[in-house]
Amino acid sequence: MKTDKVQSIIKKWNGDPNYAIEMLQDIQSEFRYIPKEVIEEISESTGIPRTQLYYLATFYKAFSLKPRGEHEIQVCTGTTCYVKGAFRILESLQRKCGLSDGETTDDLQYTLKYVRCLGCCSLAPVISLDDAIIGKAKSSTIEGLLARKVGEVDTK
Amino acid sequence: MTKITITDLKQISERNKSTSEKFKASLLVCAGTGCVANKAFIIRDALEKELKEKNLESDYRVIATGCNGFCAQGPLMLVSPEGTLYLNLKLDDVSTIVDEHLINGKPVQDLMYISPVDETRTPKMKDIQFFKQQQLIILRNRGAIDPEQIDDYIGRGGYQALAHALSEMKPNEILNEVKTSGIRGRGGGGFPTGIKWESCISSAKKTDVAPYLVCNADEGDPGAFMDRSIIEADPHSVIEGMAIGAYAIGAKEGFVYIRKEYPLALERLRKAIQQARDYGLLGQKIFDTDFSFDINIHQGAGAFVSGESSALMTAMEGKVGEPHSKYIHTVESGYKGLPTVLNNVETWANIPVIIEKGGKWFSKIGSGDVSESPWKGSSGTKVFSLVGDIANTGLVEVPMGITLEEIVNKIGGGVPEGRQCKAVQTGGPSGGCIPADLLNLPVDFDTLTQAGSMMGSGGLIVMDDSRCMVDVAKYFIDFLVEESCGKCTPCREGLVIIKTILARVTNGLGEPSDLEMLSDISETIKNASLCDLGGSAPNPALSTLKYFKDEYKAHIIDKKCPAGVCKALIQYTISKENCNGCGVCPKHCPEDAISGEKKELHTIDQSKCVKCGICREVCKFDAVEVE
Ligand SMILES: Cc1cc2nc3c(=O)[nH]c(=O)nc-3n(C[C@H](O)[C@H](O)[C@H](O)COP(=O)(O)O)c2cc1C
Ligand code: SF4
Ligand code: FES
Repeated sequence: MKTDKVQSIIKKWNGDPNYAIEMLQDIQSEFRYIPKEVIEEISESTGIPRTQLYYLATFYKAFSLKPRGEHEIQVCTGTTCYVKGAFRILESLQRKCGLSDGETTDDLQYTLKYVRCLGCCSLAPVISLDDAIIGKAKSSTIEGLLARKVGEVDTK
Repeated sequence: MTKITITDLKQISERNKSTSEKFKASLLVCAGTGCVANKAFIIRDALEKELKEKNLESDYRVIATGCNGFCAQGPLMLVSPEGTLYLNLKLDDVSTIVDEHLINGKPVQDLMYISPVDETRTPKMKDIQFFKQQQLIILRNRGAIDPEQIDDYIGRGGYQALAHALSEMKPNEILNEVKTSGIRGRGGGGFPTGIKWESCISSAKKTDVAPYLVCNADEGDPGAFMDRSIIEADPHSVIEGMAIGAYAIGAKEGFVYIRKEYPLALERLRKAIQQARDYGLLGQKIFDTDFSFDINIHQGAGAFVSGESSALMTAMEGKVGEPHSKYIHTVESGYKGLPTVLNNVETWANIPVIIEKGGKWFSKIGSGDVSESPWKGSSGTKVFSLVGDIANTGLVEVPMGITLEEIVNKIGGGVPEGRQCKAVQTGGPSGGCIPADLLNLPVDFDTLTQAGSMMGSGGLIVMDDSRCMVDVAKYFIDFLVEESCGKCTPCREGLVIIKTILARVTNGLGEPSDLEMLSDISETIKNASLCDLGGSAPNPALSTLKYFKDEYKAHIIDKKCPAGVCKALIQYTISKENCNGCGVCPKHCPEDAISGEKKELHTIDQSKCVKCGICREVCKFDAVEVE
């Protein structure tokens, strides 16, 4: 099962080592982390050295060697959001659910990530839930997000 | 689809124009990321439904455009060609606009822009101060076309410059136009584009290989969104620019390196490239000439340093994007070790206009005189993302040489809530804070560098007097410590020392000798780092130290944070005059530190207070004070 997925991702990028980062991105979104076996498999199929794959997987913030939650909450800590109070949102998250950067809730529902600028600085402070962006956020916004079931969150 | 010829291009353009003339008006709903976050798509869908129900579909058409620039007032809609602009739209407003404006012919006053000066309504977009002083070259199609329709771009004259270049100009004539224009790279460095192309051409000639061409859309500066908006609003302008560039330097293959955090931009770029291929504007034998060129996309995975030229080339080879020594330039040895031209999104978007209107025309816009050398001025316009403590946040395009004061006070409408402007941060983590008394400085590549900051890629973050400059410096240094790749010692170790000093100062543990140490270490990092991340990393600290020394001293000597930001040095209290005992803050205080009966003055127990500031955020009566 896993192998099929991995092979189809490798095939999508023609096994071209130039697209190693793109392959890992697809793996990350498929499994929500980069499993060790998958690194082995990519290395075997493409000839990209394992060291290089591990180096990539640990250098870039988009990748994680541990499973991430089903949903990703990103809190923008770009300059504008920072001066507009992003840190207050972060602190209250930490207080309420003990989550800090890169951490995942025990039920594997949510992962919190800091991100430097989502490119909507006009709406600072900004947070995002998966691909939906929420502007002019307050500490209460995230609590509200976490409290409701995700399907009900009115983001669109 | 079949390849189009130059004659077809004209026909598509005519057809597109006559289609729009068939309608009484086009309703241009902004669908940039900011407006989408504010539910612009719901508004668009409702508008389409409303028009259908009222049988107005053949009279009006709805177009979802890229970022219009006036992000703070979104979602917004422009009625074109008459020019009425509606702001802050809600779902209910849709039927009001259709009934009153479209059916009864009476524009809806309540949804128009209110001037902050005299509170009058301004119906037309072109009369609003925010738009009045802008000059649109790069953003020439912003808010005017559907970015997902190549015909819309062609309808506004798109791909004519490419057609002209391929049919009537030789590659070196293109190079000459670009050189005459004096254009300098918009990605931050300000290197003259013509000179860069010329050196790439000559190294490719020497080794007899086809060079590569790359567009840098990594936009790592935390607080800037120009490149994102350009791609979202007008992706074909970048593609056309790259194709013209490829013809000039002899490239056959090009790449766009775009960051992963921009899903909408990525999607629009993909679609645009596909549409251009379908029309034969990318691919083999473009316009039946011998010129072939195609573009592929590489996605970044979130690392600021990967936007640096040599690091970006490595990242495109599927390796970790770390910088290399600069004695080998990427124009000689870039992607896969071959000569490569790298330019920023905004630089590429300028190219079609330079070819269409001529380098000379372009060189007259902006500041300085670039007729002898591009280094003697800054020609053209620049796109800025104007954000922070300012009334009109959004995207603006202005001629170079305009003063910061004009941007902040005229276009931006000044600092709101009765506060004073304290500083403008320019250039992101490589730049610095320009104090309010220097706002009369012209914005161009060289003036801002002389002032200890940088123009950078175009982020302008306005800060009012409630922002602490030491804290801002610390913010950037923390960012840079995180983003330093660690390859060379001065940057890796030196920045950590600066970080420690600034943490000490903001925690009230600073010593007078810290200031000298900051300057010393900064100089070393500046001079000894391998890439420009380290080379410019001390700027945020040095510029604040230069212009806001008193604020540093207040932290170190008086153990006070005058702006009321640094936690270790402040106290929250509730003012007798303003508190009416509404009971909201105790409910929100996470530490149960606030007590007080209803309708009576509340007080904060300082021993419990963690200074989270939530009480200040929730109080509707401005009763919570910081000192
Ligand atoms: C740490 C670092 C990050 C950079 N990030 C970007 C970026 O995100 N986008 C960009 O266009 N240029 C960036 N640059 C500048 C590029 O190295 C390069 O100068 C630029 O892309 C060239 O294009 P231009 O001449 O059109 O400006 C960065 C430079 C450094 C040192
Ligand atoms: S200056 Fe910093 S980011 Fe640049 S190569 Fe050295 S350690 Fe890496
Ligand atoms: S700084 Fe947060 S969106 Fe740009």
